[in-house]
Amino acid sequence: MILLEDVVKTYSSGSPALNGISLNIDAGEFVFIVGDSGSGKSTLIKLLLRELKPTSGHIIVNNTDVTRLRHGRIPKYRRNIGCVFQDFRLLKDRNVYENVAFAQRVVSVPGREIKRNVPQVLSTVGLAEKYSSKPRELSGGEQQRVAVARAIINKPPILLADEPTGNLDPKNSWDIMKLLEKINRNGTTVLVVTHNREIVNAMQKRVITMKKGVILADQEKGEYIDED
Amino acid sequence: MRISTLFYTLQQGIKSIFRNKVFSLATVATISACIFLFGIFYAVMVNFQNIIHQAESGVAVTVFFDKDISDQRIEEIGQEISMRAEVSRIVFVSAEQAWADFKDEYLGEYADTFGDDNPLEDDANYEVYLSDVSMQEQLVEYITSLQGVKEIHKSANVANTLSVANSLVSYVSLAIILILFAVSIFLISNTVAIGISVRREEIAIMKLIGATDFVVRSPFLFEGIILGLVGAAIPLIIIYYIYNKAIGYVIQEFAVLNSILAFLPVEQIFYTLVPIALILGVGIGFLGSAITVRRHLRV
Repeated sequence: MILLEDVVKTYSSGSPALNGISLNIDAGEFVFIVGDSGSGKSTLIKLLLRELKPTSGHIIVNNTDVTRLRHGRIPKYRRNIGCVFQDFRLLKDRNVYENVAFAQRVVSVPGREIKRNVPQVLSTVGLAEKYSSKPRELSGGEQQRVAVARAIINKPPILLADEPTGNLDPKNSWDIMKLLEKINRNGTTVLVVTHNREIVNAMQKRVITMKKGVILADQEKGEYIDED
Repeated sequence: MRISTLFYTLQQGIKSIFRNKVFSLATVATISACIFLFGIFYAVMVNFQNIIHQAESGVAVTVFFDKDISDQRIEEIGQEISMRAEVSRIVFVSAEQAWADFKDEYLGEYADTFGDDNPLEDDANYEVYLSDVSMQEQLVEYITSLQGVKEIHKSANVANTLSVANSLVSYVSLAIILILFAVSIFLISNTVAIGISVRREEIAIMKLIGATDFVVRSPFLFEGIILGLVGAAIPLIIIYYIYNKAIGYVIQEFAVLNSILAFLPVEQIFYTLVPIALILGVGIGFLGSAITVRRHLRV
């Protein structure tokens, strides 16, 4: 599903953010990516989303060579990847329904299908009754669930979550992780970048630990490695 | 692209206008001011050109013939001149007609002293009217070369003055209009830039979700086009109502000029002004937003 071969990314400032990363993530896997600030996690996400191009190496996602992707093909490629962020990134002037429907509108899904899909996905994330609420009327956990609903409504084969529990209390963090696990059980490949040691250790999933642009460890049913 | 997506982007463009009410109003006001000034210049220019054109249509060269020329040759000369592109019409004035006109115009009651004599018996002529007075020299040169032509009277100063005045009005109007439009494009570009900065978060999300360049950019293009269209419609309505009043005022206050000032009706002005102003409004809106979208919205 996701294949990185000797990927190097160097910014103009000098030292490489990623220094020869190679990894393979199969379809349907649930993977944690952990590491300190500056370890290269954010750069890896930007490369997968094709916000950046690697300095060298190859990135293949869902049989697409991302490194050779022409500009005009990027939107279609990105429809393979749903994204969830620490700060939710919801549109504050629109209600829950509109925030989720937005993801379908901008990729030209017919209105009839949107009306059918949005209630379904809101039901999946447990927010069917809050469809008319504005983001400011929701708790952090609920806002993140709206963000998850928006990320999965187009049924992407991959879900990328960048610190999805970073702004949440422990209970809401667990709720979100259970939701991501449920989505994974339905066949979506899930990559979660996190600092949450408790969750990583408890969930017993594959853990890729990064440090200073390289992969320090790649463990099946792994644990959070203390880098000190 | 689906119709529903098109409506969605159009809706977003309209929403963006209301979200940035102050800047939208400022933009519409500026475009309106520019197109209003353009409309005024255009109306003045078209009227001025009409007046000049009417004056030009009175400018003629008079062609006299050799003394013993045959009637057939006079007719041939007339045909040859008529075929020229710069000639709008040609009038044959016989010796008798020339003398009758002269008597009416200059002699009045003293004409009887001449009895049956016609001092202008050799002055049959053609009055040749031009479609473009700037071509007068060229025409005179051609007619001079014709066999049987004795002499040509022309009014070079009038022709040149009218021609130069016409060009001058056109150039000055064009320069002012271009400056106004540059200002409009700059302002609309700023408004759209603010719209982009307000919606930066939304744009980022759209890009991550996989929206195409067109879907990301089109709300801003629609916004510019709508602002341009509204900015064009308002001054057209104002001009429509003030034009007749302004003309009525000029005719009333400057009655002495009525014989030379022939104003065009508002319908005739609007027949060309409306499409030009709307195209300009839409063009300014599109161009202003397209420049900004290109500069600030790399998708």
